[in-house]
Order: sequence, then C-alpha cells, then structure tokens
Amino acid sequence: MDLYEYQAKELFGRHDVPVTSGEVCTTVEAAQSAAESIGGPVVVKAQVKTGGRGKAGGVKLAADAAEARARAEDILGLDIKGHIVRRILITPATDIAEEYYVSILLDRANRAYLAMASVEGGVDIEEVAATRPEALIRERVDALEGMTPELAAQIAADARFPDAIRGEVAGVLVGLWRVLTGEDATLVEVNPLVLADDGAVLALDGKVTLDANAQYRHPHHEELVDRDATDPLELKAAELDLNYVKLDGQVGIIGNGAGLVMSTLDVVAYAGEEFGGVRPANFLDIGGGASAQVMSNGLDIVLGDPDVQAVFVNVFGGITSCDAVASGIIQAIGMLTDRGDAPTKPIVCRIDGNNAEEGRRILNEFDHPLIEIVDTMDDAARRVAQRAAARLEGK
Amino acid sequence: MSIWLNSDSRIVVQGMTGSEGTKHTRRMVASGAQVVAGVTPGKGGSDVDGIPVFDDVASAMAQTGANVSVVFVPPRFTKGAVEESVDAGVPLCVVITEGVPVFDTAQFFQYAQNAGTTRIIGPNCPGIISPGQSNAGIIPADITGPGRIGLVSKSGTLTYQMMYELRDIGFSTCVGIGGDPIIGTTHIDCLAAFEADPETEAIVMIGEIGGDAEERAAAFIADNVTKPVVGYVAGFTAPEGKTMGHAGAIVSGSSGTAAAKAEALEAVGVRVGKTPSATAQLMREILSR
Repeated sequence: MDLYEYQAKELFGRHDVPVTSGEVCTTVEAAQSAAESIGGPVVVKAQVKTGGRGKAGGVKLAADAAEARARAEDILGLDIKGHIVRRILITPATDIAEEYYVSILLDRANRAYLAMASVEGGVDIEEVAATRPEALIRERVDALEGMTPELAAQIAADARFPDAIRGEVAGVLVGLWRVLTGEDATLVEVNPLVLADDGAVLALDGKVTLDANAQYRHPHHEELVDRDATDPLELKAAELDLNYVKLDGQVGIIGNGAGLVMSTLDVVAYAGEEFGGVRPANFLDIGGGASAQVMSNGLDIVLGDPDVQAVFVNVFGGITSCDAVASGIIQAIGMLTDRGDAPTKPIVCRIDGNNAEEGRRILNEFDHPLIEIVDTMDDAARRVAQRAAARLEGK
Repeated sequence: MSIWLNSDSRIVVQGMTGSEGTKHTRRMVASGAQVVAGVTPGKGGSDVDGIPVFDDVASAMAQTGANVSVVFVPPRFTKGAVEESVDAGVPLCVVITEGVPVFDTAQFFQYAQNAGTTRIIGPNCPGIISPGQSNAGIIPADITGPGRIGLVSKSGTLTYQMMYELRDIGFSTCVGIGGDPIIGTTHIDCLAAFEADPETEAIVMIGEIGGDAEERAAAFIADNVTKPVVGYVAGFTAPEGKTMGHAGAIVSGSSGTAAAKAEALEAVGVRVGKTPSATAQLMREILSR
C-alpha cells in the first residue's frame, strides 16, 4: 500500500526523522484556518499517490491565510494523472538552501535492501539516475545488519553531502531504516530532503510503501487505508477476504491461483480482440483449497459489478476440489435468487484437475440456462468473450 | 535423475500437526514421498499417522536422517522455522507458507546465505516434485508422471496447468519457486540445475509480472543454457501499480511488464507462448523434432 505524503511524514515523525510540520485538510475553510494558525507564508500541497504533482499545479505557495484559501480552492478537486485531489496538506513555507535525495528500498534482484542518496534532489531521481548516474550513490543494505551508523556515514560521505551536515544526513538514513523495519515498509523515500536557511535538515516530502503481508504486526495501519479512493467492489471483496482487483472491461473473471487468474485475463483479452474488443472486468483469485462458500462470495461480487456482461470461471483444481467449485456456483445462484437478484449474465465454466468429472457432473445435472461448460481454457475464453459482446450489442 | 529431490529424499514437515501440515503430509505420503518426521515445538514424542513428531529440526534430522524440510507454519513463525532448518544444516528447505512479511524473508534468506548450507525454495510456493520419486509440498502428484521436461514457475496453478497440458510426456522435476518479491530459489538457479541434469531434455519456464527475474533469466539462458527452453509470461493485461494476487506481481511504472519479459526471452531465442496451451504446443514441437 502506497501512503500519502502526510501519512508518510506521520510515520517519519514517529521514528524521529525530522519533518516539516503540517495539517491535512479536506475543505477550503479548514485550509484557511490551518494557514492562520501556522501564521506567515504556507505551501498548499495536493495529496495524491502519484509523482509530478508540482508540474500539474498541485503545489502552490500562499503568502497568507486568504491566499491559502484561494489556492486550496484551485487544488481541491484537481485531476492529477487520473487522481482526484480530496486532501491537501498545509505546511509552513520553508526557506530552502539546498535540496537532496535519500531513500531505502527493497532490492528484489539482489534479495537485500538498497539505499540511495544524492545531493541533486528535488527533481525526478530517475532522470538523475539515467543522465548523471555518478551523482546517485547506491549502497547495498544487508537485511540482517541493517543501516548501521557507520554505513550511513559512509553513504553521506560518498554522496558528497557538505561536511557540516553529514552527521544529520546519516541520522536521517538510520531513521529511515527504523521506519522501514519498524513499520514493515518496502520503500521509504525523501525527495527533497532539504537544508533550510536556518541550518536544519528536514524531510520536505515523503513516500512510503507498506508491505501488506506484515499488516498483522501493525493493526494501526488499517487507519491508513483510503476507503474513499478505493473501488466499492474492492472494499466489499476485501471484507470477504477475497483477492480482487477491479479492471475496466466487461468479462468477469474468477479463478484459483494468482498466476492462472492473470493468465486468464490475458487469454480473455486476446479472445476479445475478435469480439468487439471486450476485456476482463476484474482479477479475482479464490485461492487454493477454496470452499463452496468462497466461490459463492466471489460470484456475488463479480455478478454485482454492473460493467460485467458475462463471467468466466476458470479453475484448475490442485488442492481445490472441482465439486466444491461446482457446488459454490449453484449455492451462489440460489442465494442471489433468494434475495431477489436472480443472475441474468451467462457463466462460462472451465474446470479441470482434482475431481473435475464430478464438478462437471454436478453442473450438468443442475442444468441451468445461464451456465455453460467448455472443455479448454482457450475455447472457454473465446466463448465468454462472444457472450459478453453479444449482450453488449443487445443493449 | 531430477534436480534437488529424488527417491532418496527424506522429508521432515515443519508444522506437521497443524491442519494444513497434516493434510499435506497425508497427500505427500499417498504420492509415495518418504515423509520421515514432523516438527512442532512442544509436541515432540507424538506422531501423525505413525510418523514421529520432534520438538526441533536438528533432533528430527539426527534420528530419522531427514534431508529435506517442508515448512507449513503460519507467517508469524516462518522466519524462526526456516532459521532453525538452516541451523540444523538441512540441505533443502521448501517454504510453502503464503503471506510472510518480506522483511522476514529478506532476513532468513540472508541467514541461509551466510550459513551457505541450505537451499531455500519459496516462500509462497507450491513446492517441488520429481514425479515418481518424491514430492515436497502441495503439488498434486496425480497430474502426470516422470518424463524429460523440467519446469520452473512462479505460479502454483500455472504449474499444475502446464503439467496437465504435457501430462503424456511427463517431467523430470517441477519447481514452483513462488510469487513473492524475494524468493530463495530463482528461475536462474533452476535453469542451471536443469541444464546440468542429464534426464532433462527441455525446459518450460513460467514467469509473471513484477521485478526483473525473467529478464535476468533470459540473459542467463543466452550464456549458459544449451537445452531448448520455452517460456510463458502471465499478466499482459495487468494495470500499473496494482498487486495481482502474488505479493511480487506488480507492474511499477514501466518496469516489470509482461511484454518486456516476453521480449527479453524471445530476444535470446526462447519461444514464448501466448497462452498456456500454446506454450505446451511449442514444447511438443521441440520434442518431436
């Protein structure tokens, strides 16, 4: 999960990484009063989980509270690369002498962590890396040894931070390691880290990505989820403990195993090319060993998506037993019918593997007009794309 | 022959007395694997279907000659369980557990590297099977039998799907390396082992979005692999920035895309199928030549 700047800075503060103070607001009135209480010039900053917000007009300086209100008016509701601004951060304007860059991230390729630092911060760091690689120091961080004070001091020296502040920069690096390990982050980034006119070294911006697998160690991270910006179907699926991602197509997808489901999306997209360009509407992995109830919950979510015209259930039973899959489909149809939402969308099923014959037998015996069994994954993908396209045409 | 797992493999199941551990122990035994011990701290002296349970891996190894451990313990205990395996010096540790925090994995991987005596497969993987010889993990043994194809995959169900597609030919060893951002055994490790295995004639490599393991595997194939390799990559339609089920399956900016991976593989002469069935078809063509 990526965090907003204000959330990242909260975590930084908790682990003694120096940050600029600030107040997060959702209305122009709140922005004005926040600016009043800060006093003096402030910066109004859009809170969006994407880069380049400055260029998009999402960061503005305001001389006083009245101007802060006007800038808040401009920025709230702004569309930055498809992200609508719902929150803004009001921070005191800092007189900046220098802008730097520091980060620590998971290094998948080397199966360790990687610290990066540059005295050329405040700009797109990927551009620095591409055009002036010598200006960006990269240092491996051993997962067991961590960011020791010695390593941090060496990075600050190698990156040629001014002598007078090397100690502070090293302190920030050690602090960022505390954030990374203490909060189970996979990325902590400060761009820019600034040297203020008064000599202070501060994180003016912050980016943090948290590891969802470590959620159980951090119950307070639940509060960081932005429910307003999450698709309602994704929220409902999360409540049912389903692994679901909403996409923008018309064919609902249910499968078992992340790889098979990703593959199913692709196969449906290829098949859709022949049928008016229909595409997958979602990713839904019901997992290994899925019960009838899980299948039923999954169908409920997918059939409840108004964009979905037809559903593809693609299961290869490894641990999952195909008779449970078939029973789940029947259970879901019964449940939806009972609650007055009788399904109207075709459901194309391909089931293979563990107890597949019994699964097919159960579905054949159920003999429901919406359910169709197709033998292979590729043929089933073509069939479901065709059914979805036909329903779209009928509208 | 096979890689890493054969008829001499003696398996100890860490977490055998838990529900998943017991269920899969029975499946492994039913498939003919030699499961010789279980480990659950505090339950030493008990047994599961007559298989003795020990308090720790070292005792299990000492008393039963176990040389492969399979880890079924919950995520919060996984790091400790793997480090215990490493301390005991078990040569192969297969970590099935899904949902392990990546910091824990980074630490136990480094711990194993420092010791230099244990190969880790996983976490978040279905395990490894050498059909007809042994089975360490949760891969269904009844899909196919022994044969001349080696398979390496990030995905469990795509492993099963590919075994099913090529069930009439059979496999030397199938390795599910797992879908997490950090994994103990990579595509490259498997490619190197299959290249060295005289009974593996051709290799299927299945990848998915996220990271650059497939690109690095492509570079490795160009320099080191003489056996034919066919590839499949899942996730062409995955949107940027969304995790697709596996914790490691995420396209970040322009990196980690399926298109880039397929292109890198094709650039070194690996034939890449558009669907799992098409990939299996490519393998048939190669083996029938």
